[in-house]
Amino acid sequence: MSILQYAAELKRRDQVWSFMQDPTPIDISHQVILYVEGLNVSFDGFKALNNLNLYVNDGELRCLIGANGAGKTTLMDVITGKTQCDSGSVYFGQTLNLLERDEAQIAQLGIGRKFQKPTVFEAQTVFDNLELSLKSNKGVLATLFAKLNAEQTDRIYQVLETVGLKQQCFMLAGALSHGQKQWLEIGMLLVSDPRLLLIDEPVAGMTAEESERTAQLLISLAGQRTVIVVEHDMEFVRSIARTVTVLHQGSVLAEGSMDEIQNNQAVIDVYLGEGQ
Amino acid sequence: MSKLSQYFSTRSGLQSSILPFVVILFVATLGCALGNLLFAPDSLFYVSTYTITLLGKYLCYAMLALAVDIIWGYCGILSLGHGAFFALGGYAMGMYLMRQIGDRGVYGNPDLPDFMVFLDWQEIPWFWMGFDHFWFAMIMVALVPGILAFVFGWLAFRSRVTGVYLSIITQAMTYALLLAFFRNEMGFGGNNGLTDFKDILGFSLQADTTRVALLITTAVVLAALLWISQLILSSRFGKVIIAIRDTEARTRFLGYRTDRFKVWLFVYSAVIAAIAGALYVPQVGIINPGEFSPINSIEIVVWVAIGGRGTLVGAIIGALLVNYAKTRFTAIMPEVWLFALGGLFVLVTLYLPKGLMGLYSQYREKFGPKPTQVQR
Repeated sequence: MSILQYAAELKRRDQVWSFMQDPTPIDISHQVILYVEGLNVSFDGFKALNNLNLYVNDGELRCLIGANGAGKTTLMDVITGKTQCDSGSVYFGQTLNLLERDEAQIAQLGIGRKFQKPTVFEAQTVFDNLELSLKSNKGVLATLFAKLNAEQTDRIYQVLETVGLKQQCFMLAGALSHGQKQWLEIGMLLVSDPRLLLIDEPVAGMTAEESERTAQLLISLAGQRTVIVVEHDMEFVRSIARTVTVLHQGSVLAEGSMDEIQNNQAVIDVYLGEGQ
Repeated sequence: MSKLSQYFSTRSGLQSSILPFVVILFVATLGCALGNLLFAPDSLFYVSTYTITLLGKYLCYAMLALAVDIIWGYCGILSLGHGAFFALGGYAMGMYLMRQIGDRGVYGNPDLPDFMVFLDWQEIPWFWMGFDHFWFAMIMVALVPGILAFVFGWLAFRSRVTGVYLSIITQAMTYALLLAFFRNEMGFGGNNGLTDFKDILGFSLQADTTRVALLITTAVVLAALLWISQLILSSRFGKVIIAIRDTEARTRFLGYRTDRFKVWLFVYSAVIAAIAGALYVPQVGIINPGEFSPINSIEIVVWVAIGGRGTLVGAIIGALLVNYAKTRFTAIMPEVWLFALGGLFVLVTLYLPKGLMGLYSQYREKFGPKPTQVQR
């Protein structure tokens, strides 16, 4: 590209300067944002994941269900870089291989994760928790000289509103109730503006009212972001799910709408059948 | 938005909490300096040179405690090897002071320090080159411990060594250095270390004015480091550091390379310890491998625990109080001191987990003026 062309490019007002654009765009030309193929993970001979295949479309709200030990959390660990897999591939969009990146790099690509047990920075205020989660340069020097700008402050207040913690803004996160911590953690994900949200048991320990609000929030997120929810609470899954994937012994047993899943004989045998 | 301004005002309130301490520090230092220089030895206000040196020594220990508090109190990394950085900084200063002796040594050799003449060395080893310049020695004071901390921290934090394992390897590091510096072949004076210093920057180390100047320098450096540390730890970098202390995995999943944050904080802390060592040596007049001994590093941790970790000022106060007590008690019953120190540590961990600063803030909450509550 000649200098003249480059200058002309800079003068265009309909797009952001090329050097300021996101350096690693996520290629979702086939509508699929997450590819998990042939994934195997074993711990001391126990096969936690067994040739697992999973495709998640952009903007989808996907529920993962399965009995204890079915491999749901292990799958999230592999996607977010916490656990190394034995074989298989995990791609974010068409081009980004997640297996060669570490946790921090994966998070910077826009994959947010909520843990099973609410994990927030208890010694710091709710506001600080969100400030730390902002999408910003996470380098050492950049962090040392970081200042909140008005836009970021607004973003934090917007998220505080969304998760209903505006009153608790300057409380220490450790002083929040269990449900509020769950909400704060979801807020920490939201404020970072992720493309893909991995949410592990969001309504564990919540009251019926709180989990209803959580369901509404998750439904409102789908579309703009891709959300994968792991949950045991079937009532909750029924209230939010469009597509449900059932894991069993480390691989996918069935996939489809909630009605299809409930009428699937294999699923009834191994999972839903247990309760009856 | 009014909430936001409240938020920032509470933050600046936090920052100013070092101010009373710094004022007291400067007033006390200046008082002692004037007492030593202006009054006659038989006057009521006279402060002996011995006291001046003792105070300078305490302030160096306080700086060392500050270094450990930064890494332990704020990042949860229990380093039991900070004495090593202190000693390395001290050795760098000691080497400069050795070169300043010139031909006034016992053997009167203008080119070689006494211990090298004694070992029958013909020329000065390469790593002593440049130490006759003050500026070079000062760079080395920060550079050598800084590089050691960087390499050590990089290896340890990248392989995610944490908790008690990290404490053990820091302890091993200082012990290894202790053994190495005991060897005569190392070229640092073996078990006698470096001593018999004459002057610094052309001023005699025996002169009262030099002693007072060293005390004032130490106080100023301590206040400056305290202020810089406070700034660093109240920036977003500091918040990340506290986040790493509380849940490192969460911090990593937010996109922070926690190992890098830990390495740079470790280096910063090591450099503070080294500066403390460099100021310590001209005041006590000797540096020997004993400073590397593991027990010294453990003692620093006790000072910080007693003062209150994660408070900066608390660590300094802890160091000052414990060392004053040490001077007093070892004069009366030297053999009991270590037991007393151990007992103090156990008591503080059991009943005062936040140290003396925790006690103070508890007291303030109960009896002091209530701070304006923000949105409870």
